[in-house]
Amino acid sequence: MSAVRTRDYRGLVVPVVAVLVWWLAVQQGWSQSGLLVSPGTVLATAWEQLSSLPFWRGLGASLARDVSGFVIGTALGLILGCVLGLSPLFERLVGPSFNTFKQVSLFAWIPLISVWFGLGDVSKVVFLSLAALVPVVVNTCDGLRNVPPGLLEVARVYGFSRWQTIIGVLLPAALPSIFTGIYLALVYAWLATIGAEYLLVSGEGVGNLLIDGSEHFRMDLVLFGMVVIGAVGWTLNALARALERRLQQRYGSAD
Amino acid sequence: MPANGLSLQHISKQFSAQRGNAAALQVLDDIDLDIAPGEFISIVGASGCGKSTLLRLILGLDGDYQGRILLDGAAISGTGLERGIVFQDHRLFPWLTVEQNVAVGLKNAPLSARQKQASVREHIALVGLERFAQAYPRQLSGGMAQRVAIARGLVNRPRVLLLDEPFGALDALTRNRLQNELQRIWAQERITMVLVTHDVDEAVFLGDRVVVMQPHPGRIRRVLDVDLPRPRQRSDSAFIALRDDLLSDFAEEQGVE
Repeated sequence: MSAVRTRDYRGLVVPVVAVLVWWLAVQQGWSQSGLLVSPGTVLATAWEQLSSLPFWRGLGASLARDVSGFVIGTALGLILGCVLGLSPLFERLVGPSFNTFKQVSLFAWIPLISVWFGLGDVSKVVFLSLAALVPVVVNTCDGLRNVPPGLLEVARVYGFSRWQTIIGVLLPAALPSIFTGIYLALVYAWLATIGAEYLLVSGEGVGNLLIDGSEHFRMDLVLFGMVVIGAVGWTLNALARALERRLQQRYGSAD
Repeated sequence: MPANGLSLQHISKQFSAQRGNAAALQVLDDIDLDIAPGEFISIVGASGCGKSTLLRLILGLDGDYQGRILLDGAAISGTGLERGIVFQDHRLFPWLTVEQNVAVGLKNAPLSARQKQASVREHIALVGLERFAQAYPRQLSGGMAQRVAIARGLVNRPRVLLLDEPFGALDALTRNRLQNELQRIWAQERITMVLVTHDVDEAVFLGDRVVVMQPHPGRIRRVLDVDLPRPRQRSDSAFIALRDDLLSDFAEEQGVE
């Protein structure tokens, strides 16, 4: 009799116990701090938010900026990464500058961006594009430079032109690396979305739940906000992983 | 000297002096060899004798040498579809199926699409992998992948097929099987083949002649005729005698007896 694979529910133990302990803490009054809200309060707040238009408008605004920044950053990153990866001359000229530029921590750009672009949506999207651009450039460039030289020799043996080599060997071989870069861009863009809302404090977005909540000491809003942000991040991650797996199946790895 | 076939005339090559070394490294020294059309030549030698370098020169991947390489009377220049290669690592494109990988060999061949398709199918059948035509390289064993590489090497019917230790990365059982395969393919296609190997058994089993090379600098030590009928038996006494004769060359180099 073969063992049937059952779903592993053990991962739920920690969160369930945590919520129970939390509920108990509130129930038994283990802390008098006004910051300790009950699970029930959070749920009530969640319900109230989810049925209110401003919440969805804010979430929509955040997602719109996220997608814009991701798309712009990825597109520019692919172009720059390809040129750096395919043209040795360009790499010599621009490479060192780019490598220095990418060392500057992303958030250090905020003051400059806010001075140049203000505090609104434009500067947020600029910031997000930057967050998405760097991993795409790095991974695309690396992918193109690390194509196994043995495969390039095969292309030479069969008389591949430069163009045939780029399209037929370099790009397909670099594809797994390129997709890693795009996946990272997706992750970083969402992280940067929230960061941007904190640091460029104008306009609407899901980050306002956290900002307003902490300003008014409403931990129920804060906790709800965290859950929403985590859920969106998780969804984006899952989507990217699913796509990655589909492509891995087709392309495998260049061994 | 035959007008046809592969002719290596006074091939010499040095690697230029590196920092710290006073003299340039002489990789090949006056290599002279005539290979008749349809002949199977085995080149044996220890590491560093330049045999792989020689293949790269014939293939056209390296143009920095003295001497001449003639194919059917014409000097070779760069790579060309009339000279094929099977590398030690199969070097198949992981993102292409077996069929598409073999078709890579015909990418720049002056044939119609239908002719190319026919040739690809024919050569996949030649190496016995029809059932795997749509498989990806990572789904194949090492021996199967190498057979695809052989199909790719033969698909545009080169005048010469070079094989650079093609079975070196495979286990002994698979190696034996593929040696038999290669012998069958050669007997069927009668394409000139130049096999480089460090395995003396393999050299005697497959070759019409065995060229023994010695290193420092890379030279031809001697050329042995293998006058045994095919299919060859590795346990045949004449086979063993030839093999031992060749092995003694290498024992001498190490100063044994």
